[in-house]
Amino acid sequence: MNWLPPNGALRGIGFDHLLRWNLDTIFWLFVASQVLIVLAMLLGALRRRPAQPATPAQPRSLAAFLFTSLLPLLAITALYIAMVATSHHLWAARREQPSARNAIQVEVTGVQFAWYFRYPGNDGIYGRLLPGLVNAPAGNPLGLDPTDPHSRDDIVSPVLVLPAGRPVDLRLRSQDVIHGFFIPGMRLKQDAIPGMVLHLQFTPEIPGVYPILCSQVCGLGHARMQTRLRVVSEAEFEHWIAAREPGAPPLSPAPGGRVGGAATSPAESRP
Amino acid sequence: MSAPSAVPAPPPRGFLRRRLFTTDHRALAVLYLLLGLAAVVAGTLLSLVIRIHRVWPALPFPFYGILRPEDYLAVVTMHGTLMVFFVLTVVPQSAFPNLVLPAQIGADRMAFPRLNAAAFWIALASLGVLLAAFFVPQGAPISGWTSYPPLSAIAAAGPGQGAGMDCWIAAIALFCVAAVASSANLLATILGRRGPGMRLERLPLTAWSWLTSSALTVIAFSTLFAAAAMLFADRHLGTNFFVPPGEVIDGIARAGGGGSPLLWLHLFWFFGHPEVYISILPGMGLASALLANFTRRPVPGYRFMVAAMLMIGFLGLGVWGHHMFVSGIDPWLGTTFGLTTIAIAVPSSAEVLTWLAMLFRGRMRLTTPMLFTLGFLSFFIAGGLTGPILAQPALDAYLHNTFFVVAHFHLVMAMAGVFSIFAGIYYWYPLLTGRMMNELLGKAHFWVSLVAAYGTFFPMHFAGLAGEPRHYAQLAGPVESFPSLIPVERGITFAALTLAAAQLIFLFNVFRSARHGVRADENPWRATTLEWSPDLHPITRGEPYLYGSCLGGTEDFLPQWELAAPARPAQPYLSGPKPE
Repeated sequence: MNWLPPNGALRGIGFDHLLRWNLDTIFWLFVASQVLIVLAMLLGALRRRPAQPATPAQPRSLAAFLFTSLLPLLAITALYIAMVATSHHLWAARREQPSARNAIQVEVTGVQFAWYFRYPGNDGIYGRLLPGLVNAPAGNPLGLDPTDPHSRDDIVSPVLVLPAGRPVDLRLRSQDVIHGFFIPGMRLKQDAIPGMVLHLQFTPEIPGVYPILCSQVCGLGHARMQTRLRVVSEAEFEHWIAAREPGAPPLSPAPGGRVGGAATSPAESRP
Repeated sequence: MSAPSAVPAPPPRGFLRRRLFTTDHRALAVLYLLLGLAAVVAGTLLSLVIRIHRVWPALPFPFYGILRPEDYLAVVTMHGTLMVFFVLTVVPQSAFPNLVLPAQIGADRMAFPRLNAAAFWIALASLGVLLAAFFVPQGAPISGWTSYPPLSAIAAAGPGQGAGMDCWIAAIALFCVAAVASSANLLATILGRRGPGMRLERLPLTAWSWLTSSALTVIAFSTLFAAAAMLFADRHLGTNFFVPPGEVIDGIARAGGGGSPLLWLHLFWFFGHPEVYISILPGMGLASALLANFTRRPVPGYRFMVAAMLMIGFLGLGVWGHHMFVSGIDPWLGTTFGLTTIAIAVPSSAEVLTWLAMLFRGRMRLTTPMLFTLGFLSFFIAGGLTGPILAQPALDAYLHNTFFVVAHFHLVMAMAGVFSIFAGIYYWYPLLTGRMMNELLGKAHFWVSLVAAYGTFFPMHFAGLAGEPRHYAQLAGPVESFPSLIPVERGITFAALTLAAAQLIFLFNVFRSARHGVRADENPWRATTLEWSPDLHPITRGEPYLYGSCLGGTEDFLPQWELAAPARPAQPYLSGPKPE
């Protein structure tokens, strides 16, 4: 269990408890079954000599069937049901609920081989995207339509910055192939499927830096498709957003422009 | 059975006509075994390339040089495809039934010998086309054995996704045809050509497992064929089954589109999950038979085991969505697939509990086939137990596509599958050669393989818990380098090298014993099923697996081809006496 990276999400605590309970249970079932196999081998080796005369096959009594097959099967079925029942709460809380009203909206776009994060800005509305306008070297990796008034205040960033303690509603999409949006520290994973918009909710709790990985093979740069989630205080977050709003002193360099196609990861341009 | 065509033709003369261009199922079994051997050698060498590159990424390979990331992904893709299709499907589902199924059910030949032979040649062509992918411009495909679109649908999405991907699709389509033809033949043979007295309730459990897995093969591989055809059409005929609108590949916006990549995931996993059972069900049937033989006790609850096997096959068709919990299916659908997956764990657990109970009855004989059966059981449990964890969407949302999943399927499908293949080869070897394989070498092969296989695949659980995704060409990324995993990865590589080296003992044993092995008598394992009958056209007189019975004689078993003594032996529970 200590292999897991440190958890930083609200529901990650419940996840860690659940996973530990499951792993402990199957680990001891594994040990018990292997001990049984080895025990049977030892008994078999000891019993082999001297060769016993053949004994008639005993009909399998109902009691033997009950105690060696049926009861263990019922017990293990009950265990499986308990596993499903306990974990469904977590799944339901994470995936089957609408997003919180005060959730921060961020759009995540997977591109071979980078993640881009778009904040809708003061108007709270994402500007229009046109695939034909995608031009990462020119600083428009998402194809933002400059003629759409909603797009002017959109903020595009190669790292995900979020305030601690506020729910987040991610709007997940992909520009080209299927990518896997994976934040191990938030116990969070969802594929980004081109042609679909998928929502993902979580609440980062503990400030810090958490790696974001791609978990679905997406091409030759798959292993390099990494960036960071920075969980900061509310004040620091406001400051970070304000520094990127239109009218603020221009950022150096423009978020996507530095990336220059697929060759380098945006993770290196740490704001 | 009395059709004139059943009269056997005189055996053809000449080595080529007897061994190669033949419709004889035993000769085809040898050809299938050689096909599987070629694929497993290639697949194993590729896996060693994977392991070495992960630990020493800067080490140049002889005749090649340093692996680029796309080369690594091509190697992974080809390793998976070779092993899943040409080893774990071909050997248990084509080679073994050709070797023993007709004999086991008292049939003189297969139902469709020519179709059966054609299936082999198509499978061989498929292997050739697949391996050709290494030699086309830009090399083999890089999208993994699951080939998710749009990466697999658009040639510009990566190196190897052009001609290499076309080779992959053609190979898969050919393999589908071969698998369906071969399985249709098996179905017809089991249902229509059983010899006199071989009623369904007397079928060996291996035959039941081939019946179940053949039905699954016909359903699953037909679906995969359709998916491959659609992917081909998307690539070359301008359709958009899997390509959505608004694709921007390599900076260039692509016109058209209107399909969904999720459709491929549904079609592929509707094949992909039954495929797991296709490759492991024959091993489960064989495990029951060998545990009965080497403990000299009947299979308890024969009907119970048959029912569990059929139940696994049936439920296996309804669990594919558990590969897609985080791939954009509705969360409620995820819950549903989690439940069906847990449901399939129940008949699987019933089989395992029965096997464990079988270990404690009678005198166990630790022969090499028995050891490999115990190894199968050990791996099936080790890999199977992580199944209920991965079946929970909430937990899978972290573990999906990490090394935890790699550990899971390599234990439950690959290692359990391969150990059961070894059990079958050691057990049926006398049928092939008239000789026994060397027991000492066999036991050495078993113990080294067992320890090395656990050393290879067990630590992968830890890498998965640490969050390491699959298909990473190297551990060191720009942000996350998994420093805690470096010693683990190194250990895995050494174990994998040992595991591969141990197979040299096996190969030496196979080829040496063919000439120098101890001559086997007609029924060396004192087994009950018909493939060991001295009579070429035996009449089935009883149920399988009557071991440990004191039948008035000195033997502790009653073969299916022999009449029981007047006082019938007591029947095991749940397989009571049949009305005659």
